[in-house]
Amino acid sequence: MFTQDGIVTKEMFESSLPSPQRRRKGPYAVMECYQKIPCNPCRTSCKFGALQATDDLNALPVRDAEKCTGCGACVSACPGLACFIIDETYSEWEAAIRIPYEMLPLPKEGEKVDGLNRAGVPVAEVRVLKVQAGKILDKTNVVTIAVPKKYLYDIRNIAVRRKEHG
Amino acid sequence: MLFSDLVVIGGGPAGMSAALAAAGHGIKVTLLERMESLGGQLVKQTHRFFGSESEYAGTRGIRIADILREKVESNRLIDCRRGSTALGIYEDGVVTFEEGTQYKKVNMDRLVVATGASEKMLVFEGNDLPGVYGAGAVQTLMNLYGVLPGRKVLMVGAGNIGLIVTYQLLQAGVRVAAIVDAADHIGGYLVHASKVRRCGVPVLLGTTIRAALGTTEVEGAVIQKLDSHFHPIPGTEQRLDVDTVCLSVGLSPLTELLRLAGCKMRYIPALGGFVPVHNSYMQTSRSDIFVAGDASCVEEASSAMMEGAIAGLSAAISLHVPSAGILEQRERRIRELAALRAGDVGAKIRNGLAVMAD
Repeated sequence: MFTQDGIVTKEMFESSLPSPQRRRKGPYAVMECYQKIPCNPCRTSCKFGALQATDDLNALPVRDAEKCTGCGACVSACPGLACFIIDETYSEWEAAIRIPYEMLPLPKEGEKVDGLNRAGVPVAEVRVLKVQAGKILDKTNVVTIAVPKKYLYDIRNIAVRRKEHG
Repeated sequence: MLFSDLVVIGGGPAGMSAALAAAGHGIKVTLLERMESLGGQLVKQTHRFFGSESEYAGTRGIRIADILREKVESNRLIDCRRGSTALGIYEDGVVTFEEGTQYKKVNMDRLVVATGASEKMLVFEGNDLPGVYGAGAVQTLMNLYGVLPGRKVLMVGAGNIGLIVTYQLLQAGVRVAAIVDAADHIGGYLVHASKVRRCGVPVLLGTTIRAALGTTEVEGAVIQKLDSHFHPIPGTEQRLDVDTVCLSVGLSPLTELLRLAGCKMRYIPALGGFVPVHNSYMQTSRSDIFVAGDASCVEEASSAMMEGAIAGLSAAISLHVPSAGILEQRERRIRELAALRAGDVGAKIRNGLAVMAD
């Protein structure tokens, strides 16, 4: 159960997905934020008005998938590292998922890494498509990985197989 | 003897915010900080803060420490005294402190006490072995001095500090064997729990530490399951191969000075234990003494900064210094603090404060 293990269930995840039509159009954000905590950087980071404005600092973020462009500004802005970008149009059998990543070493583009599930267990080998580590991200780097579509819910972290830092 | 309109004891997020708020209205402030640098616990918080974007949310704690420190140190109305430990508060408004090898006195009209909190200890066999740390010490070693506390850690406590320090240990390349907590649910924010879970750290609820093993240092730990009455369940002991035990089992407000000054105290577990009775202006039962931060009730740095600002403004208001907009500014701060606590996770603090107001 979520309050006992911190693992977002498949039902919770699926209920936060956009419509099937929207999912076929391109990247969208999923906010895996299911506990009302006082926090609003995702709302202020969104330049497209996709996150419903509210005076309630504790309100859960509500993403309007029609306004969301999947730009990813929320991914590095979220202090809880709970925002991800999913692009199901990447290829026929793979989705591109953008994850916040604050560990070292950073993976390199094209590198094969372990795709970890929500309990940290490696479930598939995944390919690193892109690594964003610009200064503006302030060390919450963003890694895009190609994930087999059957693991769309499962994979939320990676383990770099090299040991060295940097 | 020094003279000051306002003395602030403690240079953490609450104390710095109090000094800045009062100095912003022309009040002369003396800030006493026992460490050699300002910042309090902020200087080890490498994670991004929650809260409102207008109050540094999304900014890392270490950066907030820099921002506040620079503002305090460049403010000519604030006499910032580092390496100065407050020792006593006297009836005639004199605060005594030790600075280096000297014993000094400052005469004040108003006082803000922002002394923070201390970590709670847990009783178990071997808890005096080298390798048993409080979470604050682990953060100091790692994030301030760049020293690894160990190679493999057992974290005790699944509150925000336990979860955050676990994540910081992982970032430093330290393995965390497990997080145990006697409660039946995760006390910290669940986004923090999700973060450490997807790094593979198990969270074992209804479980406690029974012993740290070893003769000269920690060489292992024994954990055990608890029943719903927190009694250990025989036969559920499990040995973990760890060299470090990190305790994050709560904080107690540091209130000795307030007690000494005769402020009315009350035991309110939801607020962290014995706390000074205070109103929404952060004024204690002594009209010239205000309180802010964890010394008033154990909460987050975001709320400590708001409480500090309210306490500093209240001290300024009570000195009857005419300053435009000061009452409105305080009302806005009080509203912001209420908004921060308005949600589900603020219920405990809200209930505790309601008990205090009774």
